[in-house]
Amino acid sequence: MNRYLWLAAIAVALTAAPFFVYPVLLMSILCFVIFASSFNLLLGYAGLLCFGQAMFFGTAAYVAGFVLKTYGVSLEIALLSGIAVSAAMGYVVGVISVRRSGIQFAMITLAISQFVYFLLLQAEFTGGEDGMQRIPRSALFGLFDVSDHLHFYYVTLAVTVLAVAFFYRVVHSPFGELLRAIRDNEPRVESLGFRPERYKIVAMTLSAGLAGLAGALKAMVFQFATLTDVSWPISAEVILMTLLGGLGTLTGPMLGAGVVILMNDELAQFGEWALITQGAILLLVIIFFRRGVVGETSALLRKLRTRQDQS
Amino acid sequence: MFDGISTQLLFGQVLIGLINGSFYAMLSMGLAIIFGLMSVVNFAHGAQYMLGAFVAWALLNYLGIPYWGALFIAPVVVGVFGLFMERTILRPIQNLDHLYSLLATFAAVLIIEGLVRQEFGSTGLPYNSPLPGGVNLGFMFMPWYRLWVVLFSVVVCFGTYILIEHTKLGAYLRAANEKPEIVESFGINVPRMISLTYAFGVGLAGLGGVLAAPIYQVSPSMGSNLMIVIFAVVVIGGMGSILGAILTGYLIGLVEGLTKVFYPEAANLVIFVIMIFALILRPNGLFSGKEGLK
Repeated sequence: MNRYLWLAAIAVALTAAPFFVYPVLLMSILCFVIFASSFNLLLGYAGLLCFGQAMFFGTAAYVAGFVLKTYGVSLEIALLSGIAVSAAMGYVVGVISVRRSGIQFAMITLAISQFVYFLLLQAEFTGGEDGMQRIPRSALFGLFDVSDHLHFYYVTLAVTVLAVAFFYRVVHSPFGELLRAIRDNEPRVESLGFRPERYKIVAMTLSAGLAGLAGALKAMVFQFATLTDVSWPISAEVILMTLLGGLGTLTGPMLGAGVVILMNDELAQFGEWALITQGAILLLVIIFFRRGVVGETSALLRKLRTRQDQS
Repeated sequence: MFDGISTQLLFGQVLIGLINGSFYAMLSMGLAIIFGLMSVVNFAHGAQYMLGAFVAWALLNYLGIPYWGALFIAPVVVGVFGLFMERTILRPIQNLDHLYSLLATFAAVLIIEGLVRQEFGSTGLPYNSPLPGGVNLGFMFMPWYRLWVVLFSVVVCFGTYILIEHTKLGAYLRAANEKPEIVESFGINVPRMISLTYAFGVGLAGLGGVLAAPIYQVSPSMGSNLMIVIFAVVVIGGMGSILGAILTGYLIGLVEGLTKVFYPEAANLVIFVIMIFALILRPNGLFSGKEGLK
């Protein structure tokens, strides 16, 4: 019962939020909630450190922007195009990079994302260094006008809820169990007759699709797409969000996304200090509390509870 | 296809390729040495290379110590900084999954680069060549300094290779990589050896930075873009093979230079394309033989 009360409270808070906080800031948090979840799916559940998650995010932003600007499609078509392209990309990157495991997987995905960065820099349709400007927010299903910030907030919220539900379904499915098993003991999974590589590739595809959804949505929220979206600092940011919040927890990376976006917003005026703070926090998390905020809190609660049971 | 290309351009780009290759080789060798002994992928290698260049710049502009002095002092300074990083960042997490050391050194990059940028700005600082002028070889002009960089890097790379593969010290290193407990039972302080190896690898990155200062602009971001290329080079060569890292470094530099001549649009991409093909065709790396540290 308690749990449903919490869910209801969160639902009310999210519905009322845009009346108190600038909607664009909220929407950017929501986009990164999806993005952080996509990264969490890989590292937290499958144990794959993809150091180039931004390539899916940024590419989908360009794709969504391109179809909106050029073909004037409706909103959901643009989102789906972004997802389709990034998921296909995730599949290809997966096929190439699962050939090496562990730490080399991270290096390979980083290198491939740099490759994608240079490709997009040179491609005609992206606008190169200038980026893609004035991306229209077209009507939802071709019927509902959602171009102002408030309306678009609710669209973003709905999409985020769907994405989180999808993420929840995936990690709690037999497939999700198998991913965790691969993370913990790959040789054993293989000896049971599964082919870990295939599952890793599927995980890459799903994660890339989610990251693409986040990117496509972000392109509509800010109405532009730039090379920054594909660059490695964005990949770094999503790593920080996930680790800070709690790797392999459902809510951790979402919380992390909120904290990091708000922090960037606050520190934006202090120049380099935003990046320095990010690095310092990441370092502290890695050395002192690797389970992240949510992971450490729930571990603490569990400890307290067992102590209560004993007394 | 060769008709439209002047020998001037061709050899000019081959030289630039060799120069870039020298840096690729030196840095990926350092990375391979560190990985070989500690299984740590030192993401901060690029930032440490950048620090080497900045230390050289600071030595010249604050203390009046010229390039030739910096060539010895800066690697030591950066190496000592590496020692500090090993003790504070890597030591506490040495028994965890190696992904954490990659992430921790990456976090260090954000801090180091941010601080340097805060202090010196993002635009590059000039560093004059200590060997101005050059020689006209007839088919091309060869600046003395570039010749020096290519020759010196070859000496450093193969000197280090011989040190690790063919000396007693190197044998200790390789043994500590295989069976640390047994090496310790012979009375060798393995943790200290690990610290010093990391410092040595980091010092090599610093040395690369000093060499690079007169060629490229001394800027805070000079390391991070290079780092990704170095990763690709190490992946192509096969992780942990020192000779593989050196040879792949020069090879990739040359191929990149030649691509600039024949198909300039792809110059940025060619390294990554090679990496992808290498992964598909030789999944274990080009030089994944028995040689070198594992």
